[in-house]
Amino acid sequence: MKVVFILWLREVKKYLRSKAQIIASLGTPIMYLGVLGFSLGSVFQKAGMGSYLQFMAPGVICMTVLFTSMFSGIAMLWDRQFGFLKETLVAPVPRIEIMLGRTLGGATTAIVQGTIIFVFTLVAGFRPSHWVAVPVAYLVIMLIALVFSALATAIGSTLKEMQGFQLVMNFLVMPLFFLSGALYPLEGLPKPLAVLTRVDPLTYGVDALRGMLIGQSHYPVVTDVAVLVGVAALFLTLGAWRFSRIEV
Amino acid sequence: MSHNSPPIIRLRNVVKKFGDVTAVNDISFDVSRGEIFAFLGPNGAGKTTTIRMLTTLAHPTSGTLELDGLDPARQQTEMRRRLGVVFQDPSLDQQLTAWENMDIHGVLYHVPRKERHERAEVLMKQFELYERRNDLVMTFSGGMKRRLEIARGLLHTPRVLFLDEPTLGLDPQSRNAMWAHVKTLNQSEGVTVFLTTHYMDEADRVANRIAVIDHGRIVAIGSSAELKAQTNTDSLEGAFLALTGTTIREEEASSTDRMRMMGRMFGRTGGGR
Repeated sequence: MKVVFILWLREVKKYLRSKAQIIASLGTPIMYLGVLGFSLGSVFQKAGMGSYLQFMAPGVICMTVLFTSMFSGIAMLWDRQFGFLKETLVAPVPRIEIMLGRTLGGATTAIVQGTIIFVFTLVAGFRPSHWVAVPVAYLVIMLIALVFSALATAIGSTLKEMQGFQLVMNFLVMPLFFLSGALYPLEGLPKPLAVLTRVDPLTYGVDALRGMLIGQSHYPVVTDVAVLVGVAALFLTLGAWRFSRIEV
Repeated sequence: MSHNSPPIIRLRNVVKKFGDVTAVNDISFDVSRGEIFAFLGPNGAGKTTTIRMLTTLAHPTSGTLELDGLDPARQQTEMRRRLGVVFQDPSLDQQLTAWENMDIHGVLYHVPRKERHERAEVLMKQFELYERRNDLVMTFSGGMKRRLEIARGLLHTPRVLFLDEPTLGLDPQSRNAMWAHVKTLNQSEGVTVFLTTHYMDEADRVANRIAVIDHGRIVAIGSSAELKAQTNTDSLEGAFLALTGTTIREEEASSTDRMRMMGRMFGRTGGGR
């Protein structure tokens, strides 16, 4: 446990020290929130869907958590190339503890980033329908962070080159975001798109968060949470397996 | 150095193949407890592969190796507790302070908190780093980073300290200081030192015994004087060239090297050198 804790602490400390990274990673969600939120607002309203800001705020929080979680995979590539990973891998500790410390650290930074964006949405005018649901919404945010940090660990353990991460960003992270229904309702989608949204784990995260914060969800929230728990277990297993196979 | 106790490192007919390439070809030797042992060879001769096997990062294709009587295949964790490793590539976390790097290492090696802090203080003072303990490692010079890595490698009181080209890229002042510290620790704690270097004068000065490896085979082993006598040369460098020839060995850049280049482009420093 001590090993898990110290490696978790390391991730958190490094996050808090990299002010530039914190600010840079907040840019994208704020742009989505500001530009899309206000520009599409009137169209959304005219279509009889209510406030677009209310609708998309949970989606943008999820997006922040997704991006930050996946970033911990890049951090792992740096650690691999600049040696620190080796220092942990020759230590007399089971690899699973190292993997858990790193993954939980990545998930924690994602939750903190998500919280900062949550505060931004509140400043922009977003209002959760039931404040009591906010703590429960946090459980959903934690699950999303865990799902994608575990996926990032699996990918970071597999890739050897930085260039590979560009591929991951373009062909995995962006599709995960765009197919999740973070920006649009899941009702009345064309068939192929509907199928794709269903295999995207983030869909269930966005849906659950929307259910908790504004009382609108496409699937029952219980279903969403069950899917997230299942995917988290799957990705953690995958991450642990990939991590155990790293050769230094 | 005691000659009646069993050797701390023992290799017998060790072979390591990567596909068709035989990196280490049937090597056998012993290292005594408390000895400073230099392992020399041209690039690509099999030095790093041997160190990787001795530090449980790779396993021999055939043959046996033992460290402190332990078998790396079956007693990996036990063996790792006894090792201090300073890799050829830097392995510090640059975004943490020197003290934090030491502390994480102590936790990874299960050193109890009190002992961890006391020993970190003693070692950092010894390696002249204590004043800078709360500074981020990225602000350190190459020599300081190297000293910190060695201090860190000694934190858990290992039986054997592996130093893989520790002085690469350091100025003569830093090199001298570093070896002085290593020699002191070797005497005060009795830690066995297994080192590789390309600087023959260093090996000549600090090592009790030297093994020369080339094309995966041990071509000579003995004290510096014995190697010079064997080859009829008057310097260790002369002996080394007589044993290994004068052909230049080419090594391909590894993905790590390429990565480090990219890291520099992005303004992230690769550490050490």
